[in-house]
Amino acid sequence: MSDILRIRDLRVATAEGVELLHGVSLDLEQGEILGLIGESGAGKSTIGLASMGYGRGGCRISGGSIELAGHDLASSTRSEREAVRGARIAYVAQSAAAAFNPAHRLERQIMEGPLRHGLMTAGEARAWMIELFTALGLPEPETFGRRYPHQVSGGQLQRAMVAMAMSCKPDILVLDEPTTALDVTTQIEVLLLLRETIRKYGTSALYITHDLAVIAQVADRLMVLRHGAEVETGTTEQILAAPREEYTQRLVSERQASLNAEAGAHHRTGEEILRVDRVSAAYGKTPVLHEVDLSVKRGETVAIVGESGSGKSTLARLVSGLLTPSAGQVRFDGEALPESYRKRAPDLLRRIQLIYQLPDVALNPRQTVGETIGRPLQTFRGLKGRAQRDEVARLLDLIGLPVEMAGRLPGALSGGQKQRVCIARALAAEPDLMICDEVTSALDPLVAEDILRLLRKLQDELGMTYLFITHDLSVVRRLADRTVVMQKGRIVEEADTATLFDAPGDPYTRKLLDSVPQLDRGWLDKVLAARAS
Amino acid sequence: MGSLIAKRAGLGLLTLWLVSVLVFAGTEILPGDVAGAILGQSATPESLAALRSELGLDVPALQRYFDWLGGILTGDMGRSMASGQPVAGLLWPRFWNTMALAAYAGVIAVPLAVGLGILAAAKRGTIFDRAANIAALAFVSLPEYFLGLLLVLWLSVKTGWLPSLADTYEGMGLAAWFNATTLPMLVLVMVTMAQILRMTRTTVLGVMDQPYIETAFLKGLKNGRVVMRHAAPNAAAPIVNVVSFNIAYLITGVVLVEAVFNYNGLGRFMVDAVSKRDLPMVQAAAMIFGAAYVILNMIADIAAIALNPRLRHPRGKEA
Repeated sequence: MSDILRIRDLRVATAEGVELLHGVSLDLEQGEILGLIGESGAGKSTIGLASMGYGRGGCRISGGSIELAGHDLASSTRSEREAVRGARIAYVAQSAAAAFNPAHRLERQIMEGPLRHGLMTAGEARAWMIELFTALGLPEPETFGRRYPHQVSGGQLQRAMVAMAMSCKPDILVLDEPTTALDVTTQIEVLLLLRETIRKYGTSALYITHDLAVIAQVADRLMVLRHGAEVETGTTEQILAAPREEYTQRLVSERQASLNAEAGAHHRTGEEILRVDRVSAAYGKTPVLHEVDLSVKRGETVAIVGESGSGKSTLARLVSGLLTPSAGQVRFDGEALPESYRKRAPDLLRRIQLIYQLPDVALNPRQTVGETIGRPLQTFRGLKGRAQRDEVARLLDLIGLPVEMAGRLPGALSGGQKQRVCIARALAAEPDLMICDEVTSALDPLVAEDILRLLRKLQDELGMTYLFITHDLSVVRRLADRTVVMQKGRIVEEADTATLFDAPGDPYTRKLLDSVPQLDRGWLDKVLAARAS
Repeated sequence: MGSLIAKRAGLGLLTLWLVSVLVFAGTEILPGDVAGAILGQSATPESLAALRSELGLDVPALQRYFDWLGGILTGDMGRSMASGQPVAGLLWPRFWNTMALAAYAGVIAVPLAVGLGILAAAKRGTIFDRAANIAALAFVSLPEYFLGLLLVLWLSVKTGWLPSLADTYEGMGLAAWFNATTLPMLVLVMVTMAQILRMTRTTVLGVMDQPYIETAFLKGLKNGRVVMRHAAPNAAAPIVNVVSFNIAYLITGVVLVEAVFNYNGLGRFMVDAVSKRDLPMVQAAAMIFGAAYVILNMIADIAAIALNPRLRHPRGKEA
């Protein structure tokens, strides 16, 4: 047994002395892929970076050892660490768009490692880079490196990042959510090539992710982490099929449920409340929506799904009046809706509420929860003083937060709690239509599940109408009565959710559905086989 | 990118034209006129009117504006009302004096300030960084005439190393010129360096927080290389901006320094002209100052456009 990386009792603390990792140990064999899985704050990335002797934002290794091929990185000098980084252990970041330097050509950044570490001549480095480009399926491998980061697509850039990490032929890759920022159809391509490349060159890897279904396709073993400590470690099969710890069981069953839940909801619906009629829109001179039709009935949930650039968020902005259409009309409750929110009467503004993707930036950090929820109560419903406080308490109770939270500032809340406050703020206006723009995308799976449950409960109790904008098909599956699939500013398919999932009519819809990773180790191989045939 | 630059250049020309309108209108509404200033208190209404018509002040303002603008475009800036000599002959030597001093200070201050700024960023939190910051703060908060007087006291009065007056004349040797202008140059270097240094440091540090800098460190690159190769190029545009702003200051804002060292530059030229109500001289000097500002800002903006890789290498085209 040859362990290439051996971490013992690793502790990492922030500059202020707060411990983030409480003694984690792991072993990585030659050619093995170890998946590190957990929610945000679990310490996955901290382990990944610490194994390179690096601490983000002033964090430092406060205890334990990191043995890389026999040398302890934790007790090494700065120059010893620099000699190892990039050369023996290399990093692939979640967002290649942010991780590449915008001022330099790709080839300069990719060849920099081997040249600086003195591992190859310029000619060798270039030949190896072109070989990697070819292996990673990048177009025109001979000249691809001449491009600047902004000149290639997101999926290509993520693969170029893998090429950069492989540039020194390292023993170990640290892959930090390498496909999370990609669209599902792109994710599957990158995942396939990543796995092939790692296998082909016999590289070991620490694969960091929060998505069990993704890691199931690539990892040999899994380590589940929570709050900076190990929950359990086992082979991928064992963790997926027979998780020992309660936390792991919840993670697995949540993911299972999100994939296998019965598709579609069936709410009692009333008359049509929103009608989008042959609407087109443009950003400057670039058209982004082409003659889109949409109808939403009172009490129903309509989901709009699509990948980035499909125009789904543009449609939400149009309905909420943040963007004016270049053609067509939006009707609300039978009447034409003024195009800009500025021209809408206060009562009309009250009736359509929007909840955003990022609860962190959607709340004013200097207003307490009570003030945040109280503001719409006062402007829309004229509630003041005691009546307002009572209503805030009732809303907090409704969304499942204790009343004491009213005095807190957003900074003291978790991501899920912030999103609950955003929902309460929207509810305070007693709207007829709630537009939910990727409301669970920034949240951890278990927290997202809670939020979805809350939204469903509100619908059952209050008869709320939702227009749900998302790229996450598992959310759609569990929540929506009807689903609209968008691609490049057009609606490609619209159907009853159950019908759409069981028998997709459009090839693009089928591709979207097929690209969602399944909680089954052989899924990626099956996709590969299906493509070959 | 070409069209963007053309647009910016066009905007620069428009600004210059607006400057000419403002300069002309501004001098029009100055209280008193040159006729009154020349004739003094004893002037009779008749003699004032006679002098005004002799100087062309009785022509409608709009016509005088276009005559003046046409003159400037063809290099004729009119005649001094006080002395009757062509403005151009009086102004250009003073302009070149100012440019010479600005160039002397700029050539030393800019590379030094940018270099020290980058160094301070690379050595963030060290003694060097703190010393550079404190020195820069001290220089930028002291008025330049006070700095000038301090330097005169130390380098001239007490030690006698350098002359306290920057006397320059035509035909003087290069060594003598450097000797005469080094004191005002030092003041200008101190004042401009402080801002460039601090701005460079802040910009580079801002870039150092970017994820691609972390990538560079995770590739095992040394601190110096990360700062020079990965941070500095992305900090270039704001640095060019603050540099050009300071060069504009070296040309247009040096009145006080010229006064302290009695240097024959454009700033003092303008102050003298204003006190004499010599409108053509004031207008010409103001136009030159305005043009220097507009042109330098334009160069900075165009450089920022040219330095942006997204604009230099548009998405659609192959590199």
